[in-house]
Amino acid sequence: MARIASATAVALGLLCARPPVPLSAQALRVPYQTFTLPNGLQVIVHEDHSVPVVAVNMWYHVGSSDEKPGRTGFAHLFEHIMFMGSQHVPTGEFDRLLEAAGADNNGSTSEDRTNYYEDGPANALPLMLYLDADRMGFLLPEMTAEKVDLQRGVVQNERRQSYENRPYGLAEENILERLYPANHPYHWPVIGSMADLQAASLEDVRQFFQKYYTPTNATLAIAGDITARDARQLVERYFGDIPRGPAVTRTPPPPVQVAGVVGAVLEDRVQLPRVYDAWHTVKAFSADDATLDVLANVLAGGRSSRLYRRLVYELQIATDVVAFQDGSRIDGKFEVYATARPGHDLGELQRVIDEELRKLADQAPTPREVERAQNTVEAQFLSRMERVGGFGGKADQLNFYNYFVGTPDYFQRDLERYARVTPAAVQRAVQTYLTGAHRVVLSVVPRGKPELAVSP
Amino acid sequence: MRAAVGGHAILVLAVAAAVLTASPPVRLSAQAVDRTKPPVLPPPPALRLPAVQTTTLPNGLTLAVVEMHKVPVVDVQLLVDAGAARDPSTAPGLATFTATMLQQGAGARSALDVADEAAFLGAQLGTGATFDGASASIHVPRRRLEAALDLLADVVLRPSFADSEIARQRELRAAQLVQQRDEPVAVASIAFPAIVYGRGHPYGHPLNGAWLLIVGDVTLAEARRLAAARFGGWERGDVPAFPNPPPPPRAAARTVYLIDKPGAAQSVVRIGHAGPARTTPDWFALEVLNTIVGGAFTSRLNQNLRETHGYTYGAFSQFAPRRLNGAFVALASVVTAKTDSSLVEFLKELRRIRDEAVAPPELAKAKAYLTLGLPGDFETTGGAAARFRELLAFGLPLDYYDHYVDRINAITGADVQRVAREYIDPDHFDIVVVGDKSQIEAGIKALNEGPIVYRDLWGQEIR
Repeated sequence: MARIASATAVALGLLCARPPVPLSAQALRVPYQTFTLPNGLQVIVHEDHSVPVVAVNMWYHVGSSDEKPGRTGFAHLFEHIMFMGSQHVPTGEFDRLLEAAGADNNGSTSEDRTNYYEDGPANALPLMLYLDADRMGFLLPEMTAEKVDLQRGVVQNERRQSYENRPYGLAEENILERLYPANHPYHWPVIGSMADLQAASLEDVRQFFQKYYTPTNATLAIAGDITARDARQLVERYFGDIPRGPAVTRTPPPPVQVAGVVGAVLEDRVQLPRVYDAWHTVKAFSADDATLDVLANVLAGGRSSRLYRRLVYELQIATDVVAFQDGSRIDGKFEVYATARPGHDLGELQRVIDEELRKLADQAPTPREVERAQNTVEAQFLSRMERVGGFGGKADQLNFYNYFVGTPDYFQRDLERYARVTPAAVQRAVQTYLTGAHRVVLSVVPRGKPELAVSP
Repeated sequence: MRAAVGGHAILVLAVAAAVLTASPPVRLSAQAVDRTKPPVLPPPPALRLPAVQTTTLPNGLTLAVVEMHKVPVVDVQLLVDAGAARDPSTAPGLATFTATMLQQGAGARSALDVADEAAFLGAQLGTGATFDGASASIHVPRRRLEAALDLLADVVLRPSFADSEIARQRELRAAQLVQQRDEPVAVASIAFPAIVYGRGHPYGHPLNGAWLLIVGDVTLAEARRLAAARFGGWERGDVPAFPNPPPPPRAAARTVYLIDKPGAAQSVVRIGHAGPARTTPDWFALEVLNTIVGGAFTSRLNQNLRETHGYTYGAFSQFAPRRLNGAFVALASVVTAKTDSSLVEFLKELRRIRDEAVAPPELAKAKAYLTLGLPGDFETTGGAAARFRELLAFGLPLDYYDHYVDRINAITGADVQRVAREYIDPDHFDIVVVGDKSQIEAGIKALNEGPIVYRDLWGQEIR
């Protein structure tokens, strides 16, 4: 088995007082076979015979960043419509057939992609592929305005449940519209606006389907207790005659520059105020992406992290604090947020956050802090290897890596990105990206209490 | 995301299939595809579940070990009989507070040391309590199992309970309780049991001893050695017995409890009443019943409220597994303007399951969903641990899952109707609605489905 010692760990050793610890005793490997049908559908197959289950995971390379003005939320609405039946599968049968075979399914939409999965006993693979092929090849003949209306209602309720009726639920869209210019595809949230959801039409569905829901713009991953040979035969049978689609072209996103400190106050139905700091950073897998993940962990990963220790444990002025790097396909951002305890205002929290960022800019974190983050990441990677299906399981990950870096079995190399992060790199990342001069500072305060906000 | 359970609509609108491209379709398979009907599937794979082995340490601590060697991770759970049901009425929240305190300093470690060590090991350390029991758990890469068990042993056997840390946690919890009032789903989740069980219900029951459940990349012998070194000196104590409590009072008649959340975009609905213990012999029938009513995407509640009417993102039901009185609950978050209409549909479905026999295909689907989906629950160490933990927590036989498929398959439509009539009682529902009173009150009143009682954000009477 390969070990991750190599040049990177040696480099780490040169910078640290202690000898390098191999990040993982065993390299992560997810062997796969891949082939592409003449219609452009790329297929990735991974055999794992440990449990008699199979996971089918389809990625369509389309997300909310592909939406046109006035139709925000459409990619996600479309995801819902994909479950409403197709030419040979009457409405409702998609779910009924899968459940009767002991299988589960779901879908999700992000800025960058839409994925669909079916998980179940290994013998159900032909059914899963039959159903996925029918909605890829034959969705429109049975599409109606009624289906669109019905899922419009469901999605609007999803927006109410997960955003409007949830405290601080509208913070994210307020951050995005200030972080990204109006012509940037990350300017709006995946869920979209109520008005735009209301405006979506049957014609929109047709156009979106014809442009994006084609074998050419999709990748299918199959993982589990199956043979690559059987999987290939079934894929060819069900997907082989679906016609190609047009090539999808995208214009490069406009540059992002947060002009100074952009302050905003949102009054919400909350008891306790919360401050959000957001910075523009880098996209997924670019040079500093993993470093920023480690930085987030040093700042707020667990109760011994710097911000938790100061804000929640020592000063006791906050109930919680969260930090994360959110690297997406074409861009990235970094956020820190913290909720004030009763009797404290957001200015107090912001001062401590700024102090801690300044400390990290002046002096690198300790090697132990970085190693702690690396160990946490390694454990997450291992746990992800336990499952073939679902969101984040091996099939989904194969599709993720394939789309983002072009190599399905990128598990070990992804982990090595984290092994290479040094304390000095974390310090540089703070200096480079988390500057006080260019950021969005959003204060969410109880209605009628704007005085609790961070003052400009 | 699409949520949990779905599908419906009737439509025949023939539109010519769009021509997507100029290139002709390529047929790869010599075999013509028949898309007019779903493929006939080969028989499902034979059931192959990981085995549980047990061994007892000299001090009486029982180990349950499940070997799973695919991925080098281990999940460890220590279960003790110290659930919230034992909270004295003068100190509600004691069990969960104590569980939280376990992590706030233990052995030679300070509160921050405990957190730092867990993070450094890449371990997820958890301590918590439900009504029925308390637990401490750790999920960790195999390579760091020994250090993780050292930490777990400190937390369980040598908690410091320092006054300063108790004060700190008390302050934090007070602030979190303020925060909880903002979250309508949390409000409903707190108010519903408060209303169903009533105040001061001494929900509790003695369990003998503790269990240490270890699932993952470890052998029985290793597990025993590692556990004995850390927990072998744990002295056995007597768990004080609780008197068997009276069953919770059934609502005299169906009542709507309205909790006002001005400006809420949705109403959070919980409908139900007390239910059977997890150990009832009817549990298998109840699982089938619940799958049909609200336990899967294609269940009746979700099909009706979401896929037919679009009132909600998802509607479900559950028989809460508890050692004594469980609870039946049907739930959804529904758009404010359709709160009354949603209640109509909820009640319609919950009456229909009693009044009409379940059609054979619907019954077959539910049974297949439960039995064929079983292996997937045991795929991960965490998943398998949750399944076995349920057996230990409720004193169910460890070979339970070996007979599970047969027991489910033996359930008939008559069984389902019988348990529906026995365990779902619409005449005695407590209906809890957390929403904007000014928008929903008139509509609910007009339903005439029972008196409306107003409650505060904790489900308590408003004085």
